[in-house]
Amino acid sequence: MTSHLLLLAVFAFFVSTVFAALMRDDPRAQLQTGGLLFGSFLLTAVVLGWLMYPLPL
Amino acid sequence: MASKSTTAERARASAEPGTCVLVCLLAWAVPGAAHFWLGWRQKATVFFVALTAMFVIGLALNGRIFPFEFAEPLVALAAIADFGLGLPWIAAHVLGVGRGVVTAVTHESGNTFLIVAGLLNFLVILDAFDLVTGRK
Repeated sequence: MTSHLLLLAVFAFFVSTVFAALMRDDPRAQLQTGGLLFGSFLLTAVVLGWLMYPLPL
Repeated sequence: MASKSTTAERARASAEPGTCVLVCLLAWAVPGAAHFWLGWRQKATVFFVALTAMFVIGLALNGRIFPFEFAEPLVALAAIADFGLGLPWIAAHVLGVGRGVVTAVTHESGNTFLIVAGLLNFLVILDAFDLVTGRK
């Protein structure tokens, strides 16, 4: 399992799940919050990745 | 989902300082155990499965469980974060796993999984504390 994108998605999934369970009590609200967090994680990572693309290492 | 009345009743009944310490220790030792005891079974299951999985994945990715070396502040901070996971952390020490392979491609990802699992469990401990003191 060396794909950075896959690891990012797995990490985002678990963190979103824990945060959603911490922040919301109702299962439906947990699902909505978790999905929103997960999508935000992925979108932010992809956007930041492209923004950093031109920068020299 | 656990009924809120049961949780609230337990929180009111168990707000003594000794019980608060016990709940926090329980929450530290086994992720989700305090929530289970307080009646929040669904949340307890989520915390246990997610945090344990993150810890195991971190070890599988050749992450390192950092030692308490206060001469190196970043290592010490990572060690404190790792320590947040309680019994899995102790089990890893006893079994001698978590030494990390610095040359592995996934080493830093493994470290991230281990550190964040510990930090998330600190949040779970705070949530259990809020529940038992009736703040939530």
